[in-house]
Amino acid sequence: MNWKRQSSFAKHLLLTGLTGLVVGLANAADTIKVGVLHSLSGTMAISETTLKDTVLMLVDEQNKKGGLLGKQLEAVVVDPASDWPLFAEKARELLDVEKVDVVFGCWTSVSRKSVLPVFEELNGLLFYPVQYEGEESSKNVFYTGAAPNQQAIPAVNYLMDELGVERWVLAGTDYVYPRTTNKILEQYLKDQGVAEADIMINYTPFGHSDWQTIVSDIKSFGSEGKKTAVVSTINGDANVPFYKELGNQGVSAEDIPVVAFSVGEEELSGIDTAPLVGHLAAWNYFMSADADINYEFIDKWHGFIGNTERVTNDPMEAHYIGFNMWANAVEKSGTTSVDEVREAMYGLTYPNLTGGVAVMNTNHHLTKPVLIGEIQDDGQFVTVWQTPGGVIGDAWSDFLPDSKTIVADWTQPIACGNYNLSNGKCSGQNY
Amino acid sequence: MLQKLTQKKFSVVESAVKALGDSGDQRARPLLETMLANELFQQKSDKQLVKAVGSRNDHTLYDIFSGEELAKGVSSRQLNRIRVNNKIRSTLRNALARLALSDPDPQVRSEAATNLRNDQAEEILPLLQQALADEKEESVREVLRLSLATLQTKHPDPEIRRQSITLLSGSLDPNVRNLLTELLQKDPSGNWNEPESDIREKIQATLKQIQFWEDIYGGVETLFFGVSLGSVLLLAAIGLAVTFGVMGVINMAHGEMIMLGAYTTYIIQQTLPNLIEYSLLISIPAAFLVAGTVGIILERTVIRLLYGRPLETLLATFGVSLFLQQAVRSIFGPLNQNVVTPSWMQGILEINPLLAITYNRLTIILFVPFVLLTLFVLLKRSHFGLEMRAVTQNRQMASAMGIRTDRVDALTFGLGSGIAGIAGVALSQLTNVGPNLGQSYIIDSFMVVVFGGVGNLWGTVFGAMSLGLANKLLEPFAGAVAAKIIVLVLIILFLQKRPRGMFALRGRFVES
Repeated sequence: MNWKRQSSFAKHLLLTGLTGLVVGLANAADTIKVGVLHSLSGTMAISETTLKDTVLMLVDEQNKKGGLLGKQLEAVVVDPASDWPLFAEKARELLDVEKVDVVFGCWTSVSRKSVLPVFEELNGLLFYPVQYEGEESSKNVFYTGAAPNQQAIPAVNYLMDELGVERWVLAGTDYVYPRTTNKILEQYLKDQGVAEADIMINYTPFGHSDWQTIVSDIKSFGSEGKKTAVVSTINGDANVPFYKELGNQGVSAEDIPVVAFSVGEEELSGIDTAPLVGHLAAWNYFMSADADINYEFIDKWHGFIGNTERVTNDPMEAHYIGFNMWANAVEKSGTTSVDEVREAMYGLTYPNLTGGVAVMNTNHHLTKPVLIGEIQDDGQFVTVWQTPGGVIGDAWSDFLPDSKTIVADWTQPIACGNYNLSNGKCSGQNY
Repeated sequence: MLQKLTQKKFSVVESAVKALGDSGDQRARPLLETMLANELFQQKSDKQLVKAVGSRNDHTLYDIFSGEELAKGVSSRQLNRIRVNNKIRSTLRNALARLALSDPDPQVRSEAATNLRNDQAEEILPLLQQALADEKEESVREVLRLSLATLQTKHPDPEIRRQSITLLSGSLDPNVRNLLTELLQKDPSGNWNEPESDIREKIQATLKQIQFWEDIYGGVETLFFGVSLGSVLLLAAIGLAVTFGVMGVINMAHGEMIMLGAYTTYIIQQTLPNLIEYSLLISIPAAFLVAGTVGIILERTVIRLLYGRPLETLLATFGVSLFLQQAVRSIFGPLNQNVVTPSWMQGILEINPLLAITYNRLTIILFVPFVLLTLFVLLKRSHFGLEMRAVTQNRQMASAMGIRTDRVDALTFGLGSGIAGIAGVALSQLTNVGPNLGQSYIIDSFMVVVFGGVGNLWGTVFGAMSLGLANKLLEPFAGAVAAKIIVLVLIILFLQKRPRGMFALRGRFVES
């Protein structure tokens, strides 16, 4: 059963002066509601608060342009407090009680996995703005962050081709995103002819702060004559003590560069960047991108937040693209009904902030450029390499034996998030 | 040549830097140094290369060679940064090392000679030989000879090779080890890299020696890491040893006292930006006062009402901890704050190429006995300490002797919280200063106190050190995650055997 369609039908009844008043009343709102599901307290508040503000700014922008379909947008902000089960409850609240038309939210993969069943059950629409491990494509989620092939693989290629790296340390926090990404990378490196002995994999707990042993291991692993690099999927807070320890033990970016997938401008703004200069990060956007559209966005952000010291980062760009694509899809389909908006999203393009164009694919992932940047002493990145064009986000990695043959395509005739090419079967969702 | 540096292509820039290094022209040094420091810019107006220092809209321009000030208040939009990546940075360093071989300062010359060991290029050989011939200073000659020897391990004359290996046999430099290991291998066509078998044997013996020292120093390093982690744990737990150990209050807000101490450091650095070097020394008493005051307020308003009801105390202080976290988040924002490390705490103390100790850890290791000693003196030698011990041992009796027990309670709690604040100052140098700082230390602190034995400061010291060492000894074999789990399991097993911890307090506890 489709709630939204029923509601517009009910409105029709009201207008023509017939019955059905009771059913329609609750849903016949005169604003379009935009749900914001980002943690404003707890561990993840550090990253997610900024995204809440970004969505509020985008809603504000859209309302200044006259809203959508002649209606004003109304942001509904809830606080899931970095508590994964609470994410599911708050998602249900947004969809069931607040009856929002779209939700922008989540940061960690575990929070996304926890809201997935809710969005699928209630047929909601979620825009997820953070780089993640892939291996997923839900009908009800648009993934505007990078898939592994849009971040990890190009970064490794850069290190291998440009810097001549032969030994690899894959260091990560112990949870699903680093584990999956490292599994993909390990397979990829082996396919490229890297020997088992030249790959060191290391996991640490969340918020790990004592890096002495690990850094010293990395140092001795890297002192055996072959050029060594660290591929870091270390998450959030644990990064600062890690880089500090690297700096303190005298490991410079020239000896052993660290390329990180979770360190952006926002994370750098709270720390002394001197020991980090020269280390790398791979993203689809850097604040330093030299494009007029980017300067405009930064100015708008500074105006909205009232502080010119605040930085912009990759997930913010993801929300920027996601929100505007959604707005265009709503205009295009003339409704906020989830199914119609979803259909309208496919193939939509929108200018990204680095000067190119992002495309929404039928596997619910974006086509975006990949940038490699080196950290500078002012906490910004200098782009040292970038893909010539956009890279299509791949939901199911080609480097894992289990997902090699799986593709996602939500248009007919496949219309499936995990379609197995080898046996022609759609195994349905499994989260 | 200089115009080549402004090219967008990194390979062009790299070759230009190399050429400048080979030119032997001393004027190139300030230029390359400016470039390495990321301060080399090109003015958009006249294409002139300048050194620029400053922030976004306010750069001061200097002449590269004379250091003369050229202009002030220049916006970054008028300048093009000469971009430097890692490859160019190492090329720059090598070029600078070549140029620095003729520096008047022997220290600089010796460093340059060491750095050139990484640069295994043929053309350095005559450079080094020339430098050795000109060098008067014996210590620098020594370094030069070693660097020369590393280059001559592939010399066609076996006699020179033999001498080089002999020279290298005492070296612990990892570069030397790699070089020697390589010499012992066969090239793709099946010939030994080192054709003479007697030299190969010599290399083998040298390598064995290096391996031996590596093992020794590796062990020393692990011990150091363990003691360092133990010190951090101890620092975080001493305050709790007072509030929980001595008073028996389960204070879940202990971590937030640490956080308050760290934020005090941040505020001190913000208000006194000219005294960064001394900021930590100023922060220690300040953090003690701030956290101690909050502790006393907490004791007077919440904990006092809940004595003897551990469960309610636990819940109430947990609430307080959430309150404090959110308060800090509202005032300072959810982002981590930047606490600067004073320069005397940065860098490493290099004992030899295999063993280096970081200054920040060393400072903390030395700081802990200082805190402990002060606390012991206070407890054992002062009047307040006497009262405090009297109250914890027998409250009624102490009260009957005229000690104001409630005042002692408040001060004891304040003392414990204040010490947690001091721990925050130290931790601000190691980890993130953010609203969640305290949460990552609360569990560890309780673990240390319970394991060491409630109510016994020596137990806390012993507990912290053994947990630190156990963690670090296990980590190389088991990995960080598993090491933590194993330690936790061991503690649980230990507490099954000795439920009151390592050093159980003997004597009569009236209240227990």
